[in-house]
Amino acid sequence: MVKHILKRLVLLLPTILGVVTLVFFMIALAPGDPARVMLGERANAAQIAQLRAELGLDEPLIKQYGLYLSRVVRFDLGKSITSGQQVAEEIGKLFPATIELAFMAMIFASVLGILLGVTSAIKRNTWVDYTTMGGALFGVSMPVFWLGLVLIMIFSVWLDLLPTGGRMNIRYYFTPITNFYVIDGLILLFKEGTAKYLVSAIQHLILPTIALGTIPLAIIARTTRSSMLEVLQQDYIKTARSAGIREKRVIYRYALRNALLPVITVIGIQFGLLLSGAILTETVFSWPGIGKWLYVAIGARDYPSVQGGIIFISVFFVLINLVVDILYSVVNPKIRLQ
Amino acid sequence: METDIHEEIIIADPTPLQETWFHLKKNKAAMVGLGIITIFVLMAIFAPLISPYDPNAQVIDDRKTPMFTDGYILGTDDLGRDMLSRLIYGARISMTIGVVSVGISLVFGILIGVTSAYFGGVYDKIVMRLIDIMLAFPYILLTIVIVSLLGPSLLNAMIAIGISQIPRYARVVRASVLAEKEADYVLAERALGARDTELMFLTILPNCLSPTIVQATLGVGEAILSSAGLSFLGLGAQPPTPEWGLMIASSKEFITNAWWIVTLPGIAILLAVLGFNLFGDGLRDILDPKMRN
Repeated sequence: MVKHILKRLVLLLPTILGVVTLVFFMIALAPGDPARVMLGERANAAQIAQLRAELGLDEPLIKQYGLYLSRVVRFDLGKSITSGQQVAEEIGKLFPATIELAFMAMIFASVLGILLGVTSAIKRNTWVDYTTMGGALFGVSMPVFWLGLVLIMIFSVWLDLLPTGGRMNIRYYFTPITNFYVIDGLILLFKEGTAKYLVSAIQHLILPTIALGTIPLAIIARTTRSSMLEVLQQDYIKTARSAGIREKRVIYRYALRNALLPVITVIGIQFGLLLSGAILTETVFSWPGIGKWLYVAIGARDYPSVQGGIIFISVFFVLINLVVDILYSVVNPKIRLQ
Repeated sequence: METDIHEEIIIADPTPLQETWFHLKKNKAAMVGLGIITIFVLMAIFAPLISPYDPNAQVIDDRKTPMFTDGYILGTDDLGRDMLSRLIYGARISMTIGVVSVGISLVFGILIGVTSAYFGGVYDKIVMRLIDIMLAFPYILLTIVIVSLLGPSLLNAMIAIGISQIPRYARVVRASVLAEKEADYVLAERALGARDTELMFLTILPNCLSPTIVQATLGVGEAILSSAGLSFLGLGAQPPTPEWGLMIASSKEFITNAWWIVTLPGIAILLAVLGFNLFGDGLRDILDPKMRN
């Protein structure tokens, strides 16, 4: 098992190297001079030449690539053009916001998706099944940002129940501790005895969670249903039933366990995709995470930030896929024993 | 007697297309999908004939007219443009996006998939490694990067969506070519002296199209969704183009007082994508039972 994991980790290196290489050359060959972008329209030729020399832009491309690689290996992603901050530091500060949202969306999608999928499979070809699967089909056909806006319109504008965006009531004097606001809220609940931070953090999470979680919810429900239907036809389920085991136990104890195997893979893949899907959701809900930050960086042609952000998200995505694969072989003896 | 035998032969030997249609007709969901697609395609083709107003004509006095008022069936937007006409013209844009971007991914995906499966060896290894690297990027992120490098425009959005979907098509095509390339009919053609290009594109490819067609149908819906997202971020269509995603983006501040301006284009996207998803799922069930999960 350990050998298997190590092998997979080693195989990962060329992929990550490929990602870094592709990102570097895509940005390096992009039209426009980064030095000019950094200095603005009014800069003169001498200033631009000086900055180009400082940034190493006059060096041959191969040398620049080598330098970039040697820095990335040390987790140095360069400085942001617009803020002057270290890109790696900025990512570190923003990432908790994105992870918090993505994590919530995934819990929402997984719990509800598995529940709906199982129900649908048990009540196959009834109105429950048709409604759920019809709803799932609508879910995958919807633009995420539109769903977000409609949710804001209904729950914030018309019903005035939930905030339209942000992570915390701006009227509260709030200094983040961990940058995971739900955790911060819990800490403050115990330390200061007030629940208002926790409540506000959760209130701000509800709508973005639904918007971001709807597509994975639909996909998880569909996968669970079809996987469950397949398992329910297997001989060992018939055996269990004919042995007189209660139907509930047959379904949840014997069928669901095996039916969940493909669902785990889907959940993992969707979690990786969420991080990039967060660009749209975070923009709609003014959620100060990595997606919105990347969107702003792209607009400002802040190349070090764009490069760093993309490399970070892609490597994270690849790592999640690896974890899912390993998890899959842990829970599935058929693969584990190979 | 003779006519009877003749008729039997016709019944016994339907073309693949007839056979697919025969099964498809019985699949209600797929037929609903086909119906939706047909409506949108007709809207796209006959847009100038059926839209009541010029989609870009601004009537300042009629700004934000609600639905079913003053002759505007679906109301007007914040600049007094007729929503219905803009939505109809939007169908034209979205159908073009779907066809162009899926066309790009199809052409390159087929070229890459067929050649790498057919030739194998080092070439196949290198190509598949590159495909893996492209797949290491989350899909939406890849389109955003490509479009921001090319510059924001509708055409560039289509190109970006097309490029980022190539890996999927290449994989699907490669897998089915691998399964076919040692088949007897291929070996027979080869023995008869067919050249590599003939074998690849005339002999093998036609027998590998089913999963590709399914992927392409579902891909059109996905392309419409992606381009709406890009336009929403300001990276796709530019004003005053009546692109559905852009219509949502440019009216988002009016959700407080004119809900229809934001809501209607989203419903249009939802319906169009739903049509392609329904039809694609139906096609998959018939053409490629293995792909069902």
